[in-house]
Amino acid sequence: MRFIVFYKPGGEATAPPSPEQLAEMGKYIEASFKSGWLLATDGLLPSAKGARVRIDSGKFTVTDGPFAEAKEVIGGYAIIQAKSKEEAIEYTKSFLNQARQGESEVRQIFEASAAAPGQ
Amino acid sequence: MTASDTNRAIDAVWRIESARLIAGLTRIVRDVGLAEELAQDALVAALEQWPKAGVPDNPGAWLMATAKHRAIDLWRREKLLERKHQELGRELELQQELAVPDFEAAIDDPVGDDLLRLLFISCHPILSPEARAALTLRLLGGLTTEEIARAFLTSQPTIAQRIVRAKRSLAEARVPFEVPRGAELGARLASVVEVIYLIFNEGYSATGGGDWMRPALCDEALRLGRILAELAPNEPEVHGLVALMEIQSSRLRARTGPTGEPILLLDQNRARWDQLLIRRGFSALDRAEKLRAELGPYTLQAAIAACHARASTAAETDWRRIAALYQALAERVPSPVVELNRAVAVSMAEGPAAGLAIVDALASEPSLKNYHLLPSVRGDLLAKLGRLEEARAEFEKAAALTRNTRERELLLDRARS
Repeated sequence: MRFIVFYKPGGEATAPPSPEQLAEMGKYIEASFKSGWLLATDGLLPSAKGARVRIDSGKFTVTDGPFAEAKEVIGGYAIIQAKSKEEAIEYTKSFLNQARQGESEVRQIFEASAAAPGQ
Repeated sequence: MTASDTNRAIDAVWRIESARLIAGLTRIVRDVGLAEELAQDALVAALEQWPKAGVPDNPGAWLMATAKHRAIDLWRREKLLERKHQELGRELELQQELAVPDFEAAIDDPVGDDLLRLLFISCHPILSPEARAALTLRLLGGLTTEEIARAFLTSQPTIAQRIVRAKRSLAEARVPFEVPRGAELGARLASVVEVIYLIFNEGYSATGGGDWMRPALCDEALRLGRILAELAPNEPEVHGLVALMEIQSSRLRARTGPTGEPILLLDQNRARWDQLLIRRGFSALDRAEKLRAELGPYTLQAAIAACHARASTAAETDWRRIAALYQALAERVPSPVVELNRAVAVSMAEGPAAGLAIVDALASEPSLKNYHLLPSVRGDLLAKLGRLEEARAEFEKAAALTRNTRERELLLDRARS
């Protein structure tokens, strides 16, 4: 089964990460791809460069970033393959150990038919 | 955290860490069977202690340290029995192994090599392909005997015995814990690739039963393939294998309809193909093609799968290229099944008559005598040529040969139409 893990650093970064931090994270991500469980991952630019698009009764509202709830801003995502939610949590812990702070939301990706029971 | 939460966490930790644990222990004790026992001992210790003390911050390091202590205990006991002088040196070595302060620091390359060595051992040619597959799933996939048995639709004692025998054979043959070099590397690597693809196919061609363990085999094979590709980055066929598995997996959810009926490749809803896996497959294929001009059999099959993945509708398929790739595949590994596939591609590129000529040349092939796809393909080509009576007879013949109920219904439908 697959999971998408959203990472919320807990606030918008004021300074870009140091070269050492980047190198360390790069090494961790490379090792994770090598271990076969990490399928895709990217970091996101600050929400100031993004927008929220909403539809309500057929009417669009577009709000440019930055978003008010800095705590809730998503800093990056990862798509991972794991055999259980617990396994996905263990991988997420290993990532948070690298990131040192923040929180991650682990969500299972809906997959129809391939592994559906009772077929 | 409740006790059952902890147990589930331990299961997850075990699955993540067990392969590296067994690999690292095999390097120390030089015996896969003993290494696995030591790892299991550490797991038992975790099951006893973690529910009370909590899961340690670095569970992998905890398991490794515990297993190494057991190894030293065992060694001392044996030493008391045998009192051999030369073993003092070995104990010193073990003490040094134990002194590695940071397990995480040691996992980068040395243990990566350990994993590769373990994979080469578990796929050793002295073992039968079935034994290799079972042992690999056990040692590198962290699967239980029960899970492996379910995946291969066989009984737990059968698999348990297969694994015990395999470990004994490896110990008796004193298979060294090393990555083979030179001329031997090619053959040994071929054996590893074969085992991974066998595991993949066992899941992919799951015709009987709807057990979740069988699709899980595809995931497991993919994971092993990706690990192998990173550990042996200069081997084109390893990337070819990964590309083939990624692209085939991309179609898993499009292969069956709502009631589980099979949907043939050309009838599949391509919007349901997994674009993430397709992209990963393309980049693996790219790596394989850049490494060697003359493509190997796995890379050729991946290139064929990629032709389908690139076409956004079935009508846009580049059948000429597929026919040429099958031609190249037939030259590398001559086989009547490859030839039959080439016939289909040629018929799509040049018309049914050209394909039928190739199929008819296969009619007397003894190995295809009971192969339902031969009359099935022949029936299809005859129907396209308007020779409906002959086509019907072929579909009926094919229906009688297939063991898959769903497929039989599909063929009988075609015979009636």
